[in-house]
Amino acid sequence: MSMVLVEKASSLTSEQSHSLLPVLLEYQKKNPCNYISEENVKEIAEKLNLSRSRVYSTASFYSEISLVPRGKHLIRICCNAPCENAGKEAIHRAVKDKLGIDVNETTEDGLFTLEIVNCLGACYMSPAMKIDDQVFGNLTPESAVEIIKKMEQTDEE
Amino acid sequence: MKNSNWIFNTDFDEFIDLDSYVSRGGFSALRKVMSQDSSFIVEELNRAGLRGRGGAAFPTGIKIGMVASASEKERFIICNADEGEPGTFKDRFILTHLPFQLLEGILIAAYAAGAEKGFIYVRHEYPEAQEKIKNAITVAEKAGLFGKNILGGEFSLHLEIFSGAGSYLCGEETALLSSLEGKKGRPRLKPPYPTEAGYLGKPTLINNVETLANIPKIIEKGAEWYRSIGTEDSPGTKLISLSGDVKRRGLYEVPYGTSFHDIVYEYGGGPKDGRKVKAVNIGGASGVLVPSEMLDTLLEYRCCMEKEITIGSGALFVLDDTRDILENVRNRVRFFLHESCGKCTPCREGLRQVNILLEKLNKRTATEEDLDRLDRYTRVMQDASFCGLGQAAGNSLKSSLKYYRDEYMNGCVRYAEEMSA
Ligand SMILES: Cc1cc2nc3c(=O)[nH]c(=O)nc-3n(C[C@H](O)[C@H](O)[C@H](O)COP(=O)(O)O)c2cc1C
Ligand code: SF4
Ligand code: FES
Repeated sequence: MSMVLVEKASSLTSEQSHSLLPVLLEYQKKNPCNYISEENVKEIAEKLNLSRSRVYSTASFYSEISLVPRGKHLIRICCNAPCENAGKEAIHRAVKDKLGIDVNETTEDGLFTLEIVNCLGACYMSPAMKIDDQVFGNLTPESAVEIIKKMEQTDEE
Repeated sequence: MKNSNWIFNTDFDEFIDLDSYVSRGGFSALRKVMSQDSSFIVEELNRAGLRGRGGAAFPTGIKIGMVASASEKERFIICNADEGEPGTFKDRFILTHLPFQLLEGILIAAYAAGAEKGFIYVRHEYPEAQEKIKNAITVAEKAGLFGKNILGGEFSLHLEIFSGAGSYLCGEETALLSSLEGKKGRPRLKPPYPTEAGYLGKPTLINNVETLANIPKIIEKGAEWYRSIGTEDSPGTKLISLSGDVKRRGLYEVPYGTSFHDIVYEYGGGPKDGRKVKAVNIGGASGVLVPSEMLDTLLEYRCCMEKEITIGSGALFVLDDTRDILENVRNRVRFFLHESCGKCTPCREGLRQVNILLEKLNKRTATEEDLDRLDRYTRVMQDASFCGLGQAAGNSLKSSLKYYRDEYMNGCVRYAEEMSA
């Protein structure tokens, strides 16, 4: 079979898998620890009639999908050039110090996970970070820490 | 400089809702085309000379025509809103501020291509954009402008919003298709092109957000009008995402034929006081790094091609004289290293080796042979990578090696010693 035919065949047989990515994102959102657990993989595989390795294979490719538990809130600091030049490193350090964790780690209370991401489309207000779905720009180390403190307070209430 | 009579309203403080869009002539283009043969759209876009804004600058009318003339009747339209090129925020702006202009563009393109189903593939990092465009579809549907039997006619269009999941590579059209089909977002062999065999193997029109949002204005006001903006070679305007060391960062609609100098100094207000422009990165991470002496180049496809500049997504990132070129290069190589899918050796291994060499340069332990090796890997990545990601990584490296050789030399042992002796 030519390459083209193989590609065609594989795309036809996998039709039920078309909703795999949206389903993975949905499960991750519902999981209080913001990740895809082994249990989730099993359920998704059964639901979509796919093998578990097939589900893992897709899940592991995408950086938005985590296979390890994360905190309730995801703090993502943009690391691309416009933000790096605008002082990302200082923001990064201040946030790390505030939370006492490194990149890809979660605070002990399970409230925050710190991650590094690519451009948030907010380079007109670099340096920028995103907490859950909200983008914050024109950050200083102080304002970044302030934002996190506020979140801690609202979470206590 | 700003001209409300061009294509876009680039005011961050203004959301154009359906009423204000209609009061500015919105949806008159859709009414116009639906009373005519759909080939009219392709002809008008060809006469206007509209080219894709997603990076490859392919003529949009020709692409739509290819899908329209396919023998297969089931066809799809995909709006590429994956906007992953670092330093770019124009598609995000269109989605959040001008959703109805985008929807009208999608409708016209779908009508011309004969597609009744499709997707807007939006990157995961833009949740508010996903919300805004979903709401806009609901509003347009209620007004009879979207969904079934649009404007009471035969034509229907069903669109789904599909969220990406944090992969830059998924912006490449065939990787995007794999991703839509629930697989790893890896690129496929071309041909066949998506226009022949795209989603589910059916003819598929894939266009960038900005490209599609241009269409309503061209149809409404006509190709002659469109060609009166920009240049003969490159008609119309380009949305420029300006970032970095300038006084006024932001989104600007710039007619083709404007010099990069004017974009940096007139639109952006020039560098901060007391500073000079050292280099400008045009086209994001996959774009080139050019010295300030080259800023008299015009924003125009022909002119840029002659100087090996890729306009790409239209990201313009300014570095002033306090910046280290190699720091920028390292940042971009890290980006590519993270986003490479590992499918082909030139990109996967090339980037790994380049990263090692850049670290040596950073520690000033590199040799001049290392620079030769860097040149070689760069060429291999440019020439032998399977997809645009690896090729662009090579192109972007090449420009810095060409214009900033001295900064690379500074990272070499002997050279550094000699210079300090
Ligand atoms: C690595 C890579 C990433 C890309 N990312 C995007 C993107 O985010 N958005 C986009 O519209 N096109 C992107 N493209 C270009 C698409 O493959 C395709 O050419 C484009 O969507 C076609 O639309 P146009 O003709 O309207 O430009 C990318 C290409 C490559 C090689
Ligand atoms: S060039 Fe890079 S991203 Fe493209 S297929 Fe090869 S390894 Fe994957
Ligand atoms: S580079 Fe950080 S938001 Fe774009």
